[in-house]
Amino acid sequence: MSAIVADNVSRTYQLDGFEVPALRGVSLTVEAGDYVAIVGTSGSGKSTLMHLLGGLDRPTSGTLLIGGRDVSTLSPNEMAELRNTTIGFVFQSFHLLSRTTAQDNVGLPLVYRGAGRKERRARAAEMLDRVGLAHRMTHRPNQMSGGEQQRVAIARALVTGPSVLLADEPTGNLDSATGQSVLALLESLKDDGVAVVLVTHDREVAARADRQIVMKDGKIQ
Amino acid sequence: MRLAEAWRVALEALRANRLRSLLTMLGVVIGVAAVVALVGIGTGTKQQIEQQVEGLGSNLLIVVPGRLEAGAAPTSSPLTLDDVEAVTRIVGDRGRVAVTISSGETVRAGRNTGFASMQGVLETTPDVFVRKLDRGTYLTRTDVSTGRRVAVLGAGTAKSLFGERDPIGRQITIGGVRFRVIGTFEPLGQSLGVDRDGEVHVPVTAAQRLLGTERIDGLAIRAPDRDRIDELSANILNVLTKEHPDTDFSAVTQEQILGVLGDILGVLTGVLAAIAGISLLVGGVGVSNIMLVSVRERTKEIGLRKAVGARPRDIGTQFLLEAVLLTTTGGILGMLLGGSAAILVDRLSPVPAALTWWSMALAFGVSAVVGIVFGVVPAQRAGRLDPVVALRTE
Ligand SMILES: Nc1ncnc2c1ncn2[C@@H]1O[C@H](COP(=O)(O)OP(=O)(O)OP(=O)(O)O)[C@@H](O)[C@H]1O
Ligand SMILES: [Mg+2]
Repeated sequence: MSAIVADNVSRTYQLDGFEVPALRGVSLTVEAGDYVAIVGTSGSGKSTLMHLLGGLDRPTSGTLLIGGRDVSTLSPNEMAELRNTTIGFVFQSFHLLSRTTAQDNVGLPLVYRGAGRKERRARAAEMLDRVGLAHRMTHRPNQMSGGEQQRVAIARALVTGPSVLLADEPTGNLDSATGQSVLALLESLKDDGVAVVLVTHDREVAARADRQIVMKDGKIQ
Repeated sequence: MRLAEAWRVALEALRANRLRSLLTMLGVVIGVAAVVALVGIGTGTKQQIEQQVEGLGSNLLIVVPGRLEAGAAPTSSPLTLDDVEAVTRIVGDRGRVAVTISSGETVRAGRNTGFASMQGVLETTPDVFVRKLDRGTYLTRTDVSTGRRVAVLGAGTAKSLFGERDPIGRQITIGGVRFRVIGTFEPLGQSLGVDRDGEVHVPVTAAQRLLGTERIDGLAIRAPDRDRIDELSANILNVLTKEHPDTDFSAVTQEQILGVLGDILGVLTGVLAAIAGISLLVGGVGVSNIMLVSVRERTKEIGLRKAVGARPRDIGTQFLLEAVLLTTTGGILGMLLGGSAAILVDRLSPVPAALTWWSMALAFGVSAVVGIVFGVVPAQRAGRLDPVVALRTE
């Protein structure tokens, strides 16, 4: 079973009565262990596509299967469960809870599986160790560098053991050296069979992927 | 999400904005405190008055000329001691019938002068009403039949005329006529705003001679049987009306007095509680307002939580708990504050106040309900937020 199958997917936004087509008929398959880079000019619909692939949004038309399930048939609760179990999302601006320690930030997705605090902390500690932040467990986001924050965000995305990791410009807010270490971390996931889809503006980064998808005006070229 | 976790998150959110949480809570604190204190005062007043009316003695039936209605003109009494004898025959026991003729008189003992409510009564008075003697003896049947000029003093009158000295056997004058003191009452305090320690009891016959009248003001009967009190009252009214066809008579029982007073005081307590309730409502609106601000401020957090798997209900619960935590904490503080205020009022002022478990429970329950009612809209709004839109807000 493919991790994600998008068939002729479109997404149109309504803006002041006008229709803004952000995606027009995108078809795409992501298999387990894939490492896919999405590139394209600003406004070409990359983020819109990532939101759809991550179950954060639904297509206006077309069929989208995530983990084999057609999202158009899922209730908001089922979508939430899908995001919790199947998908890990990494954002350009990290989106960590500012008053919360690295460990509890990483454990957050487990809250919505009903895991107890002990279990959450243990699994979060494990994940933080994997991303090389065992020494930053009790730090809050404002006590960490940008690269460290992004690694915390990756640990949070991986803590639930997702089959797909989606990263929308994960290195956009980082200097190139720090960015490299984050990318190396993402590439290493391949060995665990986690599919990685990442949006990047960096040609070199994209060239290292198994597959490149170039977007323009809401379509795949 | 586990409920314990939701509580923890709610508590943390409130702690992160300590001052704002406290100020929001203050509205609820004041509202609940006002409800508890005012209901306490209303209840205390009611209990005090009921105790005093019950202190008059049970199964009491009071018969007076005139109608007992608001606005009814006072009627001059046509009743005489002959009527009392007729009533006594109906009751069948002289010991259960008391009469009174009262008049405010100047009383004097030596150089001490005072003003007292002279009550012309039968020797039965201490049995019909609950009156206890402090010293000496009460009037006897002979005192009444011979119109002997003897007097029993209320505690207040005894004190103002004799100070700490023993008044038994001493002479006083009532309205210029000499009486001999044979007893004093135990102190009673105020009842329905009347100082009952300022009474002087004398034989009804002596009072009538002093006042130059054959009349009495009214009579009171301690009914032998509670269940037949209505029947007895009808019989008595029947006889009196036959004797005095031009006059209306009224008979009221202690229960009726209690009922009327209870109704009035109940309404009063209700009005106080309603006024206090309005301030609680205002506090609730404040909570709602702050919760909406809180949802807006934390839109990004909501988006993130949803992105990692929070269901709409998880987010809604979190914000609802936050509102409930805010109002119930305010409710507990308000209960303590209002309770202390009621106790202080009771101790330090003449106004009585009583704390009842139901008013506390009610105030706490209402504060929780206020939290739910005023938290539900912000909570739903938070739960329904679209994660993509929420994450994009700055
Ligand atoms: N909520 C929205 N309402 C209306 N239009 C939107 C909305 N979100 C995105 N769009 C439009 O959809 C198009 C695609 O946006 P998207 O964010 O997917 O681009 P992108 O490829 O991620 O660009 P960038 O590289 O700058 O991040 C843009 O033209 C954008 O203006
Ligand atoms: Mg984008």
